[in-house]
Amino acid sequence: MSDIEKSYSPGLATDIEKPIANPGIEPHRIRMTDKSEKHARTAEKQIAVMFGVSVVGAIIAIWGFFAFPIVDGDLAATRNNSLWMGLGMALSMFGIGFGAVHWAKTLMPDNEVSEMRHQARSSDETRAQALEIVKLADGESGFSRRKLIRRSMYGALAFFPIPAIIIFGDLGPVVGDTLKHTMWKPGTRLTKDPTGIPIKASDVTIGSVFHVIPEGLSEMEEHKLEEKAKAAVLLVRVNPSDLNEDPAKADWSYQGIVAYSKICTHVGCPVALYEQHTHHLLCPCHQSTFDLANHCEVVFGPASRPLPQLPIAVDAEGYLIAQSDFLEPVGPSFWDIRK
Amino acid sequence: MRRRPWAAGLVVFLGLVLSGGGYAAATNVVQAETGSPAQVEEGRKLFLANCASCHGTNGEGAIGGPSLIGVGAASVDFQVGTGRMPGQGSGPQLRAKPVQFTQEQISAMAAYVASLAPGPAIPDEEYLRGDGDATHGGELFRINCAMCHNAVGAGGALTEGKFAPALGGVTPKHTYEAMVTGPQNMPVFNDANLTPEDKKDIITYLKYIEDNDSVAGFELGSIGPVAEGLFTWIFGLGFIIAITVWLGAKSN
Repeated sequence: MSDIEKSYSPGLATDIEKPIANPGIEPHRIRMTDKSEKHARTAEKQIAVMFGVSVVGAIIAIWGFFAFPIVDGDLAATRNNSLWMGLGMALSMFGIGFGAVHWAKTLMPDNEVSEMRHQARSSDETRAQALEIVKLADGESGFSRRKLIRRSMYGALAFFPIPAIIIFGDLGPVVGDTLKHTMWKPGTRLTKDPTGIPIKASDVTIGSVFHVIPEGLSEMEEHKLEEKAKAAVLLVRVNPSDLNEDPAKADWSYQGIVAYSKICTHVGCPVALYEQHTHHLLCPCHQSTFDLANHCEVVFGPASRPLPQLPIAVDAEGYLIAQSDFLEPVGPSFWDIRK
Repeated sequence: MRRRPWAAGLVVFLGLVLSGGGYAAATNVVQAETGSPAQVEEGRKLFLANCASCHGTNGEGAIGGPSLIGVGAASVDFQVGTGRMPGQGSGPQLRAKPVQFTQEQISAMAAYVASLAPGPAIPDEEYLRGDGDATHGGELFRINCAMCHNAVGAGGALTEGKFAPALGGVTPKHTYEAMVTGPQNMPVFNDANLTPEDKKDIITYLKYIEDNDSVAGFELGSIGPVAEGLFTWIFGLGFIIAITVWLGAKSN
Protein backbone atom coordinates (compact mmCIF):
# COMPACT_ATOMS: atom_id res chain seq x y z
CA MET A 1 0.00 0.00 0.00
CA SER A 2 1.31 3.38 -0.95
CA ASP A 3 1.25 6.38 1.34
CA ILE A 4 -1.45 8.04 -0.70
CA GLU A 5 -3.77 5.07 -0.38
CA LYS A 6 -3.19 4.91 3.38
CA SER A 7 -4.08 8.55 3.87
CA TYR A 8 -7.64 8.06 2.55
CA SER A 9 -10.27 5.98 4.26
CA PRO A 10 -12.99 4.35 2.20
CA GLY A 11 -16.55 5.52 2.74
CA LEU A 12 -18.08 8.94 3.01
CA ALA A 13 -16.17 11.75 1.40
CA THR A 14 -17.82 14.36 3.62
CA ASP A 15 -16.17 15.41 6.82
CA ILE A 16 -19.07 15.46 9.28
CA GLU A 17 -16.80 16.87 11.95
CA LYS A 18 -16.53 20.17 10.06
CA PRO A 19 -19.89 20.91 8.36
CA ILE A 20 -20.19 23.87 6.00
CA ALA A 21 -21.01 26.91 8.04
CA ASN A 22 -24.53 28.36 7.84
CA PRO A 23 -24.11 31.44 5.63
CA GLY A 24 -27.02 33.18 7.37
CA ILE A 25 -29.24 35.80 5.78
CA GLU A 26 -27.79 38.44 3.48
CA PRO A 27 -27.46 41.85 5.14
CA HIS A 28 -30.58 43.91 4.66
CA ARG A 29 -30.29 46.53 1.94
CA ILE A 30 -32.42 49.59 2.32
CA ARG A 31 -34.33 50.53 -0.85
CA MET A 32 -33.99 53.94 -2.48
CA THR A 33 -37.73 54.44 -1.99
CA ASP A 34 -37.21 54.05 1.79
CA LYS A 35 -34.27 56.44 1.81
CA SER A 36 -35.70 59.34 -0.16
CA GLU A 37 -39.20 60.71 -0.45
CA LYS A 38 -38.42 61.80 -4.02
CA HIS A 39 -37.83 58.21 -5.13
CA ALA A 40 -40.98 57.08 -3.37
CA ARG A 41 -42.92 59.75 -5.26
CA THR A 42 -41.44 58.53 -8.58
CA ALA A 43 -42.39 54.94 -7.80
CA GLU A 44 -45.90 56.05 -6.93
CA LYS A 45 -46.22 57.77 -10.30
CA GLN A 46 -44.83 54.70 -12.11
CA ILE A 47 -47.46 52.50 -10.48
CA ALA A 48 -50.19 54.96 -11.42
CA VAL A 49 -48.94 54.95 -15.04
CA MET A 50 -49.10 51.13 -15.12
CA PHE A 51 -52.68 51.15 -13.86
CA GLY A 52 -53.39 53.88 -16.43
CA VAL A 53 -51.97 51.65 -19.20
CA SER A 54 -54.38 48.97 -18.02
CA VAL A 55 -57.30 51.37 -18.54
CA VAL A 56 -56.00 52.20 -22.04
CA GLY A 57 -55.81 48.45 -22.79
CA ALA A 58 -59.42 47.97 -21.75
CA ILE A 59 -60.46 50.87 -23.99
CA ILE A 60 -58.50 49.36 -26.93
CA ALA A 61 -60.35 46.08 -26.39
CA ILE A 62 -63.73 47.83 -26.45
CA TRP A 63 -62.70 49.85 -29.53
CA GLY A 64 -61.55 46.66 -31.30
CA PHE A 65 -64.85 44.99 -30.62
CA PHE A 66 -66.83 47.79 -32.25
CA ALA A 67 -64.32 48.86 -34.93
CA PHE A 68 -63.95 45.34 -36.38
CA PRO A 69 -67.37 43.73 -36.21
CA ILE A 70 -67.49 39.99 -36.92
CA VAL A 71 -68.97 39.55 -40.39
CA ASP A 72 -70.50 36.17 -41.10
CA GLY A 73 -68.25 34.31 -43.56
CA ASP A 74 -65.39 36.82 -43.46
CA LEU A 75 -62.59 35.15 -41.53
CA ALA A 76 -60.28 38.18 -41.81
CA ALA A 77 -62.84 40.28 -39.93
CA THR A 78 -62.91 37.74 -37.10
CA ARG A 79 -59.11 37.85 -37.03
CA ASN A 80 -58.99 41.66 -36.60
CA ASN A 81 -61.71 41.54 -33.95
CA SER A 82 -59.90 38.85 -31.94
CA LEU A 83 -56.49 40.47 -32.46
CA TRP A 84 -57.41 43.89 -31.08
CA MET A 85 -59.60 42.54 -28.29
CA GLY A 86 -56.87 40.12 -27.30
CA LEU A 87 -54.09 42.72 -27.39
CA GLY A 88 -56.23 45.22 -25.45
CA MET A 89 -57.24 42.73 -22.78
CA ALA A 90 -53.67 41.46 -22.43
CA LEU A 91 -52.41 45.03 -21.99
CA SER A 92 -55.16 45.62 -19.44
CA MET A 93 -54.26 42.54 -17.38
CA PHE A 94 -50.50 43.08 -17.62
CA GLY A 95 -50.98 46.73 -16.56
CA ILE A 96 -52.74 45.66 -13.35
CA GLY A 97 -50.22 42.87 -12.72
CA PHE A 98 -47.11 44.98 -13.31
CA GLY A 99 -48.58 47.83 -11.22
CA ALA A 100 -49.38 45.54 -8.29
CA VAL A 101 -45.97 43.85 -8.33
CA HIS A 102 -44.13 47.15 -8.68
CA TRP A 103 -46.17 48.57 -5.77
CA ALA A 104 -45.28 45.58 -3.56
CA LYS A 105 -41.61 45.73 -4.51
CA THR A 106 -41.03 49.46 -4.11
CA LEU A 107 -43.47 50.81 -1.52
CA MET A 108 -44.92 48.04 0.66
CA PRO A 109 -42.96 47.09 3.84
CA ASP A 110 -39.60 45.53 3.09
CA ASN A 111 -39.12 43.44 6.26
CA GLU A 112 -37.15 40.23 5.88
CA VAL A 113 -38.42 37.47 8.14
CA SER A 114 -36.89 34.06 8.83
CA GLU A 115 -39.13 31.31 10.14
CA MET A 116 -37.68 28.37 12.08
CA ARG A 117 -38.48 24.84 11.00
CA HIS A 118 -40.41 22.80 13.57
CA GLN A 119 -40.48 19.08 14.22
CA ALA A 120 -43.17 17.27 12.26
CA ARG A 121 -43.78 14.65 14.99
CA SER A 122 -46.86 15.25 17.18
CA SER A 123 -46.49 15.45 20.94
CA ASP A 124 -46.67 12.22 22.96
CA GLU A 125 -49.92 13.41 24.47
CA THR A 126 -51.60 13.86 21.04
CA ARG A 127 -50.33 10.48 19.89
CA ALA A 128 -51.71 8.75 22.99
CA GLN A 129 -55.08 10.44 22.41
CA ALA A 130 -55.19 9.22 18.82
CA LEU A 131 -54.42 5.66 19.91
CA GLU A 132 -57.20 5.92 22.48
CA ILE A 133 -59.70 6.84 19.75
CA VAL A 134 -58.65 3.90 17.55
CA LYS A 135 -59.00 1.45 20.45
CA LEU A 136 -62.40 2.83 21.37
CA ALA A 137 -63.63 2.49 17.76
CA ASP A 138 -62.27 -1.07 17.56
CA GLY A 139 -64.03 -1.99 20.81
CA GLU A 140 -67.35 -0.44 19.85
CA SER A 141 -67.45 -1.87 16.29
CA GLY A 142 -66.16 -5.28 17.33
CA PHE A 143 -63.66 -5.25 14.42
CA SER A 144 -61.07 -7.40 16.26
CA ARG A 145 -63.63 -9.50 18.08
CA ARG A 146 -65.96 -10.51 15.22
CA LYS A 147 -63.68 -12.51 12.89
CA LEU A 148 -66.46 -13.57 10.47
CA ILE A 149 -67.41 -10.01 9.64
CA ARG A 150 -63.78 -8.91 9.30
CA ARG A 151 -62.77 -11.70 6.97
CA SER A 152 -65.90 -11.52 4.80
CA MET A 153 -65.27 -7.78 4.45
CA TYR A 154 -61.67 -8.44 3.30
CA GLY A 155 -63.10 -10.84 0.73
CA ALA A 156 -65.63 -8.32 -0.53
CA LEU A 157 -62.94 -5.63 -0.87
CA ALA A 158 -60.64 -8.02 -2.74
CA PHE A 159 -63.35 -8.99 -5.27
CA PHE A 160 -64.80 -5.51 -5.73
CA PRO A 161 -62.11 -4.17 -8.19
CA ILE A 162 -62.05 -7.29 -10.39
CA PRO A 163 -64.89 -6.14 -12.76
CA ALA A 164 -62.95 -2.88 -13.36
CA ILE A 165 -59.83 -4.84 -14.31
CA ILE A 166 -61.86 -6.91 -16.80
CA ILE A 167 -63.45 -3.78 -18.29
CA PHE A 168 -60.06 -2.08 -18.70
CA GLY A 169 -58.68 -5.17 -20.41
CA ASP A 170 -61.43 -4.90 -23.01
CA LEU A 171 -60.86 -1.20 -23.85
CA GLY A 172 -60.25 -0.42 -27.50
CA PRO A 173 -60.60 -2.58 -30.59
CA VAL A 174 -58.68 -5.79 -31.12
CA VAL A 175 -56.16 -4.97 -33.84
CA GLY A 176 -56.13 -8.49 -35.27
CA ASP A 177 -54.63 -8.64 -38.74
CA THR A 178 -55.92 -5.23 -39.88
CA LEU A 179 -52.35 -3.93 -40.06
CA LYS A 180 -51.57 -6.50 -42.73
CA HIS A 181 -54.53 -5.90 -45.06
CA THR A 182 -55.87 -2.94 -47.01
CA MET A 183 -58.98 -2.33 -49.14
CA TRP A 184 -57.20 -3.51 -52.29
CA LYS A 185 -58.57 -6.78 -53.67
CA PRO A 186 -58.01 -8.56 -56.98
CA GLY A 187 -59.84 -6.49 -59.61
CA THR A 188 -60.28 -3.30 -57.53
CA ARG A 189 -60.02 -0.35 -59.90
CA LEU A 190 -57.48 2.38 -59.24
CA THR A 191 -59.37 5.68 -58.88
CA LYS A 192 -58.40 9.32 -58.51
CA ASP A 193 -58.25 10.96 -55.09
CA PRO A 194 -60.66 12.58 -54.12
CA THR A 195 -63.21 12.08 -56.91
CA GLY A 196 -63.09 8.28 -57.22
CA ILE A 197 -62.98 8.46 -61.04
CA PRO A 198 -61.34 5.28 -62.42
CA ILE A 199 -58.04 5.71 -64.27
CA LYS A 200 -57.32 4.30 -67.71
CA ALA A 201 -53.79 3.15 -68.44
CA SER A 202 -53.77 5.48 -71.46
CA ASP A 203 -54.47 8.47 -69.15
CA VAL A 204 -51.16 7.98 -67.37
CA THR A 205 -48.62 9.61 -69.65
CA ILE A 206 -44.88 9.40 -68.99
CA GLY A 207 -43.85 11.65 -66.13
CA SER A 208 -47.40 11.70 -64.72
CA VAL A 209 -48.20 11.24 -61.07
CA PHE A 210 -51.69 10.19 -59.95
CA HIS A 211 -52.79 10.18 -56.32
CA VAL A 212 -54.83 7.02 -56.10
CA ILE A 213 -57.46 5.54 -53.79
CA PRO A 214 -59.21 2.19 -54.24
CA GLU A 215 -62.59 2.13 -55.98
CA GLY A 216 -65.41 2.61 -53.47
CA LEU A 217 -63.36 4.49 -50.88
CA SER A 218 -64.68 7.93 -51.79
CA GLU A 219 -68.27 6.77 -51.16
CA MET A 220 -67.50 5.20 -47.77
CA GLU A 221 -69.47 6.58 -44.84
CA GLU A 222 -67.56 5.01 -41.94
CA HIS A 223 -63.86 4.35 -41.34
CA LYS A 224 -63.02 6.19 -44.56
CA LEU A 225 -59.89 7.82 -43.20
CA GLU A 226 -58.61 4.61 -41.58
CA GLU A 227 -58.92 2.81 -44.91
CA LYS A 228 -57.42 5.71 -46.86
CA ALA A 229 -54.48 5.88 -44.48
CA LYS A 230 -53.59 2.30 -45.41
CA ALA A 231 -54.66 2.09 -49.05
CA ALA A 232 -53.34 5.38 -50.51
CA VAL A 233 -51.20 4.74 -53.56
CA LEU A 234 -48.97 6.82 -55.81
CA LEU A 235 -49.21 5.92 -59.49
CA VAL A 236 -46.36 6.96 -61.78
CA ARG A 237 -45.46 6.21 -65.36
CA VAL A 238 -41.77 6.18 -66.22
CA ASN A 239 -40.00 5.26 -69.42
CA PRO A 240 -39.91 1.43 -69.21
CA SER A 241 -36.20 1.49 -70.08
CA ASP A 242 -35.55 3.52 -66.88
CA LEU A 243 -37.16 0.86 -64.70
CA ASN A 244 -34.89 -1.68 -63.05
CA GLU A 245 -37.47 -4.31 -62.27
CA ASP A 246 -37.10 -7.40 -60.17
CA PRO A 247 -37.79 -10.27 -62.66
CA ALA A 248 -40.09 -11.85 -60.07
CA LYS A 249 -42.18 -8.65 -60.00
CA ALA A 250 -41.94 -7.79 -63.71
CA ASP A 251 -45.66 -8.37 -64.26
CA TRP A 252 -46.59 -6.10 -61.32
CA SER A 253 -46.28 -3.03 -63.55
CA TYR A 254 -47.93 -2.15 -66.87
CA GLN A 255 -45.81 -0.59 -69.65
CA GLY A 256 -43.82 1.48 -67.17
CA ILE A 257 -46.81 2.32 -64.93
CA VAL A 258 -45.95 1.44 -61.34
CA ALA A 259 -48.03 1.78 -58.19
CA TYR A 260 -46.43 2.10 -54.77
CA SER A 261 -47.88 2.59 -51.30
CA LYS A 262 -47.88 6.28 -50.37
CA ILE A 263 -47.37 5.52 -46.68
CA CYS A 264 -43.77 5.91 -45.52
CA THR A 265 -42.27 2.79 -43.95
CA HIS A 266 -40.60 4.97 -41.31
CA VAL A 267 -43.48 6.52 -39.35
CA GLY A 268 -46.26 6.64 -41.91
CA CYS A 269 -46.19 10.13 -43.45
CA PRO A 270 -47.51 10.36 -47.02
CA VAL A 271 -44.53 10.05 -49.38
CA ALA A 272 -45.50 11.94 -52.47
CA LEU A 273 -42.70 14.31 -53.45
CA TYR A 274 -41.85 12.69 -56.77
CA GLU A 275 -38.99 13.98 -58.89
CA GLN A 276 -39.66 13.24 -62.54
CA HIS A 277 -36.06 12.90 -63.72
CA THR A 278 -34.26 11.33 -60.75
CA HIS A 279 -37.29 9.09 -59.99
CA HIS A 280 -36.71 9.87 -56.34
CA LEU A 281 -39.63 9.88 -53.94
CA LEU A 282 -39.02 12.06 -50.91
CA CYS A 283 -40.84 11.88 -47.60
CA PRO A 284 -41.32 15.43 -46.29
CA CYS A 285 -41.28 14.45 -42.61
CA HIS A 286 -37.80 12.95 -42.15
CA GLN A 287 -36.30 13.10 -45.65
CA SER A 288 -36.41 9.36 -46.33
CA THR A 289 -35.79 9.03 -50.05
CA PHE A 290 -36.95 6.08 -52.14
CA ASP A 291 -35.72 5.24 -55.65
CA LEU A 292 -38.88 4.53 -57.59
CA ALA A 293 -36.97 3.18 -60.59
CA ASN A 294 -35.27 0.64 -58.35
CA HIS A 295 -38.13 -1.09 -56.44
CA CYS A 296 -38.49 2.00 -54.23
CA GLU A 297 -35.43 1.00 -52.25
CA VAL A 298 -34.33 3.43 -49.55
CA VAL A 299 -31.48 5.62 -50.81
CA PHE A 300 -31.44 8.12 -47.93
CA GLY A 301 -33.01 8.70 -44.55
CA PRO A 302 -34.37 6.72 -41.62
CA ALA A 303 -36.86 4.41 -43.41
CA SER A 304 -35.75 0.79 -43.21
CA ARG A 305 -37.91 -0.97 -45.81
CA PRO A 306 -38.76 -0.16 -49.45
CA LEU A 307 -42.29 1.12 -50.09
CA PRO A 308 -44.56 -1.87 -50.79
CA GLN A 309 -45.56 -2.20 -54.45
CA LEU A 310 -49.17 -2.75 -55.51
CA PRO A 311 -49.32 -5.28 -58.38
CA ILE A 312 -51.45 -3.76 -61.15
CA ALA A 313 -52.98 -4.88 -64.43
CA VAL A 314 -55.44 -3.56 -67.00
CA ASP A 315 -59.02 -4.83 -67.33
CA ALA A 316 -60.96 -5.41 -70.55
CA GLU A 317 -62.12 -1.77 -70.68
CA GLY A 318 -58.60 -0.41 -70.31
CA TYR A 319 -58.90 0.65 -66.68
CA LEU A 320 -56.10 -0.01 -64.21
CA ILE A 321 -56.95 -2.63 -61.59
CA ALA A 322 -55.13 -4.21 -58.67
CA GLN A 323 -53.96 -7.79 -59.13
CA SER A 324 -54.24 -8.33 -55.39
CA ASP A 325 -53.77 -6.60 -52.05
CA PHE A 326 -50.26 -5.47 -51.11
CA LEU A 327 -48.19 -8.58 -50.48
CA GLU A 328 -46.57 -7.07 -47.39
CA PRO A 329 -47.84 -4.70 -44.68
CA VAL A 330 -47.83 -1.02 -45.64
CA GLY A 331 -46.55 1.77 -43.41
CA PRO A 332 -44.26 1.67 -40.39
CA SER A 333 -42.75 -1.62 -39.29
CA PHE A 334 -44.11 -3.28 -36.18
CA TRP A 335 -42.81 -6.04 -33.97
CA ASP A 336 -44.48 -9.08 -35.56
CA ILE A 337 -44.49 -7.76 -39.13
CA ARG A 338 -42.89 -10.91 -40.56
CA LYS A 339 -45.29 -13.35 -38.89
CA MET B 1 -29.36 -18.23 -85.85
CA ARG B 2 -32.53 -19.98 -86.85
CA ARG B 3 -35.68 -17.87 -86.71
CA ARG B 4 -38.78 -19.44 -85.30
CA PRO B 5 -41.70 -19.17 -87.75
CA TRP B 6 -43.95 -17.21 -85.35
CA ALA B 7 -41.26 -14.65 -84.48
CA ALA B 8 -42.11 -12.32 -87.36
CA GLY B 9 -45.78 -12.43 -86.43
CA LEU B 10 -44.97 -11.62 -82.83
CA VAL B 11 -42.83 -8.63 -83.86
CA VAL B 12 -45.62 -7.24 -86.05
CA PHE B 13 -48.16 -7.82 -83.30
CA LEU B 14 -45.98 -6.07 -80.67
CA GLY B 15 -45.29 -3.19 -83.05
CA LEU B 16 -48.99 -2.67 -83.63
CA VAL B 17 -49.83 -2.85 -79.92
CA LEU B 18 -47.07 -0.44 -78.93
CA SER B 19 -47.75 2.12 -81.64
CA GLY B 20 -51.48 1.97 -80.98
CA GLY B 21 -50.90 2.29 -77.23
CA GLY B 22 -48.45 5.12 -77.75
CA TYR B 23 -50.96 6.94 -79.94
CA ALA B 24 -53.67 6.45 -77.32
CA ALA B 25 -51.32 7.76 -74.63
CA ALA B 26 -50.43 10.80 -76.69
CA THR B 27 -53.90 11.79 -77.86
CA ASN B 28 -55.23 13.01 -74.54
CA VAL B 29 -52.61 15.74 -74.17
CA VAL B 30 -52.45 16.93 -77.74
CA GLN B 31 -54.20 20.14 -78.62
CA ALA B 32 -54.05 21.90 -81.95
CA GLU B 33 -51.56 24.75 -82.00
CA THR B 34 -50.61 26.22 -85.29
CA GLY B 35 -48.81 29.49 -85.79
CA SER B 36 -48.70 31.30 -89.10
CA PRO B 37 -45.82 30.20 -91.38
CA ALA B 38 -44.17 33.61 -90.90
CA GLN B 39 -44.32 33.26 -87.11
CA VAL B 40 -42.91 29.72 -87.27
CA GLU B 41 -40.07 30.95 -89.50
CA GLU B 42 -39.34 33.86 -87.14
CA GLY B 43 -39.35 31.35 -84.25
CA ARG B 44 -36.99 29.03 -86.10
CA LYS B 45 -34.47 31.87 -86.54
CA LEU B 46 -34.66 32.78 -82.85
CA PHE B 47 -34.35 29.09 -81.97
CA LEU B 48 -31.24 28.63 -84.09
CA ALA B 49 -29.63 31.73 -82.59
CA ASN B 50 -30.50 31.08 -78.93
CA CYS B 51 -31.44 27.46 -78.29
CA ALA B 52 -29.87 25.20 -80.89
CA SER B 53 -26.47 24.88 -79.21
CA CYS B 54 -28.04 22.73 -76.49
CA HIS B 55 -31.27 21.49 -78.06
CA GLY B 56 -29.94 20.69 -81.55
CA THR B 57 -30.55 22.53 -84.81
CA ASN B 58 -33.87 20.76 -85.29
CA GLY B 59 -34.82 20.58 -81.60
CA GLU B 60 -33.78 16.93 -81.51
CA GLY B 61 -31.65 17.44 -78.39
CA ALA B 62 -27.88 17.45 -77.98
CA ILE B 63 -25.28 17.31 -75.23
CA GLY B 64 -26.61 19.46 -72.44
CA GLY B 65 -30.18 19.76 -73.60
CA PRO B 66 -33.14 17.40 -74.03
CA SER B 67 -35.13 16.91 -77.21
CA LEU B 68 -37.92 19.44 -77.67
CA ILE B 69 -39.90 17.34 -80.11
CA GLY B 70 -43.40 17.01 -78.71
CA VAL B 71 -42.92 19.25 -75.65
CA GLY B 72 -45.42 21.70 -77.11
CA ALA B 73 -45.87 25.45 -77.14
CA ALA B 74 -46.84 25.50 -73.43
CA SER B 75 -43.41 24.21 -72.43
CA VAL B 76 -41.56 26.91 -74.43
CA ASP B 77 -43.87 29.63 -73.16
CA PHE B 78 -43.26 28.53 -69.55
CA GLN B 79 -39.50 27.93 -69.75
CA VAL B 80 -38.63 31.09 -71.72
CA GLY B 81 -41.45 33.19 -70.24
CA THR B 82 -40.22 32.66 -66.66
CA GLY B 83 -36.57 33.22 -67.66
CA ARG B 84 -35.53 29.64 -66.87
CA MET B 85 -34.51 29.31 -70.50
CA PRO B 86 -32.03 30.04 -71.98
CA GLY B 87 -30.44 28.17 -69.08
CA GLN B 88 -27.58 29.78 -67.24
CA GLY B 89 -24.90 27.89 -65.33
CA SER B 90 -25.20 24.36 -64.12
CA GLY B 91 -26.60 23.20 -60.85
CA PRO B 92 -29.22 20.96 -59.39
CA GLN B 93 -31.99 23.13 -60.82
CA LEU B 94 -32.40 26.02 -63.27
CA ARG B 95 -33.91 29.04 -61.57
CA ALA B 96 -36.32 31.71 -62.73
CA LYS B 97 -34.48 34.88 -63.79
CA PRO B 98 -35.25 38.06 -65.73
CA VAL B 99 -36.93 37.20 -69.01
CA GLN B 100 -34.66 37.72 -72.03
CA PHE B 101 -37.23 37.90 -74.85
CA THR B 102 -40.37 39.84 -75.63
CA GLN B 103 -43.67 37.95 -75.48
CA GLU B 104 -43.81 38.21 -79.30
CA GLN B 105 -40.45 36.46 -79.65
CA ILE B 106 -41.45 33.82 -77.07
CA SER B 107 -44.68 33.14 -78.97
CA ALA B 108 -42.72 32.76 -82.20
CA MET B 109 -40.36 30.21 -80.64
CA ALA B 110 -43.33 28.41 -79.10
CA ALA B 111 -45.01 28.25 -82.50
CA TYR B 112 -41.82 26.84 -84.04
CA VAL B 113 -41.42 24.13 -81.37
CA ALA B 114 -45.14 23.30 -81.63
CA SER B 115 -44.67 22.86 -85.39
CA LEU B 116 -42.08 20.10 -84.80
CA ALA B 117 -44.60 17.72 -83.22
CA PRO B 118 -47.92 18.00 -81.40
CA GLY B 119 -47.73 18.83 -77.69
CA PRO B 120 -49.53 20.76 -74.96
CA ALA B 121 -50.73 24.13 -76.22
CA ILE B 122 -50.76 27.51 -74.51
CA PRO B 123 -53.92 27.49 -72.36
CA ASP B 124 -57.07 29.40 -73.25
CA GLU B 125 -57.75 32.63 -71.40
CA GLU B 126 -61.00 31.20 -69.94
CA TYR B 127 -59.05 28.88 -67.62
CA LEU B 128 -56.76 31.62 -66.34
CA ARG B 129 -59.19 34.21 -65.00
CA GLY B 130 -59.32 32.69 -61.52
CA ASP B 131 -63.12 32.66 -61.42
CA GLY B 132 -63.51 28.95 -60.67
CA ASP B 133 -64.24 27.07 -57.45
CA ALA B 134 -61.50 27.95 -54.93
CA THR B 135 -62.69 25.34 -52.41
CA HIS B 136 -62.44 22.49 -54.92
CA GLY B 137 -59.14 23.93 -56.18
CA GLY B 138 -57.83 24.00 -52.60
CA GLU B 139 -58.69 20.33 -52.11
CA LEU B 140 -57.00 19.35 -55.37
CA PHE B 141 -54.00 21.52 -54.49
CA ARG B 142 -53.58 19.83 -51.11
CA ILE B 143 -53.77 16.36 -52.70
CA ASN B 144 -51.63 16.95 -55.80
CA CYS B 145 -49.37 19.95 -55.16
CA ALA B 146 -49.03 20.79 -51.46
CA MET B 147 -46.55 18.04 -50.60
CA CYS B 148 -43.88 19.86 -52.62
CA HIS B 149 -45.17 23.44 -52.94
CA ASN B 150 -46.54 23.76 -49.33
CA ALA B 151 -50.25 24.05 -48.48
CA VAL B 152 -50.31 27.76 -49.33
CA GLY B 153 -47.75 27.61 -52.14
CA ALA B 154 -44.78 28.88 -50.12
CA GLY B 155 -42.47 26.32 -51.79
CA GLY B 156 -40.27 23.68 -50.22
CA ALA B 157 -37.07 21.65 -50.41
CA LEU B 158 -36.53 18.51 -52.50
CA THR B 159 -33.51 16.21 -52.63
CA GLU B 160 -29.90 17.22 -53.29
CA GLY B 161 -30.36 20.98 -53.68
CA LYS B 162 -33.50 20.87 -55.79
CA PHE B 163 -36.58 22.70 -54.59
CA ALA B 164 -40.21 23.34 -55.42
CA PRO B 165 -40.46 27.12 -55.97
CA ALA B 166 -42.87 29.40 -54.17
CA LEU B 167 -45.99 30.06 -56.24
CA GLY B 168 -46.69 33.63 -55.13
CA GLY B 169 -46.46 36.03 -58.06
CA VAL B 170 -46.46 33.31 -60.72
CA THR B 171 -48.89 34.23 -63.50
CA PRO B 172 -51.93 31.93 -63.97
CA LYS B 173 -50.72 31.12 -67.49
CA HIS B 174 -47.33 29.89 -66.26
CA THR B 175 -48.98 27.94 -63.42
CA TYR B 176 -51.24 26.18 -65.94
CA GLU B 177 -48.34 25.48 -68.30
CA ALA B 178 -46.22 24.05 -65.48
CA MET B 179 -49.01 21.63 -64.52
CA VAL B 180 -49.55 20.42 -68.06
CA THR B 181 -45.87 20.12 -69.06
CA GLY B 182 -44.06 19.18 -65.81
CA PRO B 183 -40.93 21.34 -66.07
CA GLN B 184 -37.63 19.97 -64.69
CA ASN B 185 -38.39 17.53 -61.85
CA MET B 186 -42.05 18.44 -61.49
CA PRO B 187 -44.33 15.61 -62.59
CA VAL B 188 -46.86 16.07 -65.41
CA PHE B 189 -50.53 16.64 -64.55
CA ASN B 190 -52.21 15.97 -67.88
CA ASP B 191 -55.83 16.72 -68.67
CA ALA B 192 -56.94 13.21 -67.72
CA ASN B 193 -55.50 13.65 -64.25
CA LEU B 194 -56.49 17.26 -63.62
CA THR B 195 -59.04 18.42 -66.19
CA PRO B 196 -58.76 21.99 -67.53
CA GLU B 197 -61.62 22.85 -65.12
CA ASP B 198 -59.62 21.36 -62.23
CA LYS B 199 -56.58 23.42 -63.24
CA LYS B 200 -58.78 26.50 -63.39
CA ASP B 201 -59.97 25.78 -59.83
CA ILE B 202 -56.38 25.34 -58.62
CA ILE B 203 -55.44 28.68 -60.20
CA THR B 204 -58.50 30.22 -58.50
CA TYR B 205 -57.32 28.85 -55.14
CA LEU B 206 -53.80 30.24 -55.62
CA LYS B 207 -55.24 33.61 -56.63
CA TYR B 208 -57.52 33.56 -53.58
CA ILE B 209 -54.73 32.93 -51.08
CA GLU B 210 -52.56 35.52 -52.78
CA ASP B 211 -55.29 38.19 -52.72
CA ASN B 212 -56.51 37.51 -49.16
CA ASP B 213 -54.57 38.08 -45.96
CA SER B 214 -53.82 35.12 -43.77
CA VAL B 215 -56.79 34.79 -41.45
CA ALA B 216 -54.51 33.73 -38.62
CA GLY B 217 -52.37 36.88 -38.57
CA PHE B 218 -48.58 36.66 -38.88
CA GLU B 219 -47.58 34.19 -41.59
CA LEU B 220 -43.86 34.02 -40.74
CA GLY B 221 -43.18 33.00 -44.34
CA SER B 222 -45.77 30.18 -44.19
CA ILE B 223 -42.90 27.72 -44.05
CA GLY B 224 -44.38 25.62 -41.31
CA PRO B 225 -43.86 24.50 -37.74
CA VAL B 226 -40.10 25.09 -37.50
CA ALA B 227 -40.33 28.83 -38.15
CA GLU B 228 -43.41 29.13 -35.96
CA GLY B 229 -41.85 27.09 -33.16
CA LEU B 230 -38.65 29.14 -33.26
CA PHE B 231 -40.65 32.36 -33.05
CA THR B 232 -42.64 31.09 -30.07
CA TRP B 233 -39.56 29.77 -28.27
CA ILE B 234 -37.52 32.93 -28.71
CA PHE B 235 -40.14 35.64 -28.24
CA GLY B 236 -42.81 33.87 -26.15
CA LEU B 237 -40.48 32.09 -23.76
CA GLY B 238 -38.08 35.07 -23.76
CA PHE B 239 -40.91 37.32 -22.58
CA ILE B 240 -41.92 34.87 -19.85
CA ILE B 241 -38.32 34.51 -18.64
CA ALA B 242 -37.88 38.30 -18.59
CA ILE B 243 -41.00 38.67 -16.43
CA THR B 244 -39.86 35.89 -14.09
CA VAL B 245 -36.46 37.55 -13.61
CA TRP B 246 -38.14 40.89 -12.91
CA LEU B 247 -40.56 39.27 -10.41
CA GLY B 248 -37.69 37.67 -8.48
CA ALA B 249 -35.39 40.72 -8.49
CA LYS B 250 -35.33 43.03 -5.50
CA SER B 251 -36.12 46.67 -5.96
CA ASN B 252 -33.07 48.90 -5.57
